[in-house]
Amino acid sequence: MRTMNETSKKIRKITYLGLALSVALICSYIEAMIPIPIGIPGIKLGLTNVVIVGILYYSGEKDAASISFLRVLLVGFLFGNWYSIIYSLAGAALSFVVMALLKKTNQFHLISVSAAGGIAHNLGQFLVAALMVENFHILYYFPVLLIAGMLTGILIGIVGYQVLIRLPKEEV
Amino acid sequence: MKICPAFGKKDIVFLVTISILSMLIYGMILSTTKSGGEIKITIDGKAYGIYELNEDQIIPITIDGGVANTVVIQDGKASMQSATCPDGLCKKQGQISRQKQTIVCLPHKVVVEVISGKETEGLDAIAS
Repeated sequence: MRTMNETSKKIRKITYLGLALSVALICSYIEAMIPIPIGIPGIKLGLTNVVIVGILYYSGEKDAASISFLRVLLVGFLFGNWYSIIYSLAGAALSFVVMALLKKTNQFHLISVSAAGGIAHNLGQFLVAALMVENFHILYYFPVLLIAGMLTGILIGIVGYQVLIRLPKEEV
Repeated sequence: MKICPAFGKKDIVFLVTISILSMLIYGMILSTTKSGGEIKITIDGKAYGIYELNEDQIIPITIDGGVANTVVIQDGKASMQSATCPDGLCKKQGQISRQKQTIVCLPHKVVVEVISGKETEGLDAIAS
């Protein structure tokens, strides 16, 4: 009976993570179809972050990190190239670390965590872009990145919160 | 799972701090940059050419024998008119005329940057 329980727990987890990854992929795909009017490299809506923030709160850092990483790789192989993988990875990694740390402090709520993640995501991508073109004067755009990241992060946080309160409160 | 509420007092303080901070940085950047006299074009970190901003001109940038990007200087402002890259983000980056402002075309690693040049120094003192 106990092994049965263990197995079903595992299956539950695998299903959950698979579902989460596919939702993240779909979000990336939808995002790629939405044009962003500001032509600054690194600025994005960050729709996928709904999923990452959601997992972070729903089942913890480990799951969120692995989904974030796998999603970047898959999207890169499907729609992008090595360059886009490096950009996304820098953004996703920095964003994840900032969000996980901020959440750990227990001082802030979902909106702040998500906003900080949005900023970190933009910043990470932008730093890689600056490195690639070997021109750090493009950090001129830093305030724009901050504001854009914060606004999209707040939006994503609101959406993420609405999703989270509607999810079943079961352990995965 | 502890998610409620979505935000509290500390979050508002946090977000307002970030907003003020970015406005301060923006103000600092604006006040320290002067309008430039020339633009410098680099490809993959290597210099491609320097062009006067007060002279209207069209600058084709050739990479591997083909025209990859076209920079236009008009009324003292530079902008990216056309590009062969798929995203075309560089075209949306607008016109630049202040020092250190840049237009970046990531796929081609082309950077257009405004540099000081010579004659505009006197005007700057009045403008800023």
